[in-house]
Amino acid sequence: MKSAVIVFPGSNCDRDIAVALERASGVAPEMIWHRETTLPLLDLIVLPGGFAYGDYLRGGAIAARSPIMRAVAERANQGVPLLGICNGFQVLTESSLLPGVLMRNAGLKYICRDIHVRVASTESVFTQGYAQDQLLRIPIAHNEGNYRAQESMLDRLEGEGLVAFRYAACDGSADGNPNGSARDIAGIFNHSRTVLGLMPHPERAVDPAHGGTDGVAMFEGLVAALAR
Amino acid sequence: MKAKVHVTLKAGVLDPQGKAIGNALAALGFKGVGDVRQGKFIELEIDETDPDAARAQIEKMCVQLLANTVIENYDIELDR
Repeated sequence: MKSAVIVFPGSNCDRDIAVALERASGVAPEMIWHRETTLPLLDLIVLPGGFAYGDYLRGGAIAARSPIMRAVAERANQGVPLLGICNGFQVLTESSLLPGVLMRNAGLKYICRDIHVRVASTESVFTQGYAQDQLLRIPIAHNEGNYRAQESMLDRLEGEGLVAFRYAACDGSADGNPNGSARDIAGIFNHSRTVLGLMPHPERAVDPAHGGTDGVAMFEGLVAALAR
Repeated sequence: MKAKVHVTLKAGVLDPQGKAIGNALAALGFKGVGDVRQGKFIELEIDETDPDAARAQIEKMCVQLLANTVIENYDIELDR
């Protein structure tokens, strides 16, 4: 599986995701600077977490207009899997590659802790390594993770099975939403399920030393689906 | 030409920061403050001197970058 991680000034989870991808696939991803305008042939593109451009204007706003994003959008439109984690999810909504917006957390606080999510759909290269409704413990670290979209769009996401992950309490009940996201949404797919944006950090849950390994199945699932 | 752009949240979009500001004003003893909404103010210097062309150009800037039109409105003011 040949993958690339896009690096923006202010990205800070680019190395974490690179380690997670290399462990799962045996191949180090290419690290691609945001000023580049072309991409090599790839099986997977990742927009990492962090604070691209210091979150100036809005989280992900400037990054979404950086030179490399034209090439990224072009590949995504051709069906190349594209994963945006945390700030990467914000870049995806700002690029209109995913619908909706990520607003300030309802409690106005930056939240950095382990949370629980339920796998809402296994029908994608990203989530096929999990079981339907599987409960995962994964860290979040964000100030703007409050997912919002028009009611009609939320209905559409749910109706077409495009919700990937939902926040849940540790006992599996619905009462675990840390940031006020509409309908407990923690991650969504585009219409073809080849683009995934999620606020939790699966790349920070791939080693027992991280405190958990519930992120491993995402990367091993990607390798199983995309290895040539 | 100088232009001023106000970016504000659309009506109905939850504004927890505005709410926190309202609560702080109440805590300071200011009475009679209703809904508080927070926005952004952006000042631009542009070369264009024709007001209609300037407005059209800034309109494009707002749609493409300055505002996220999913949740935000924008208002353009030209200083002549």
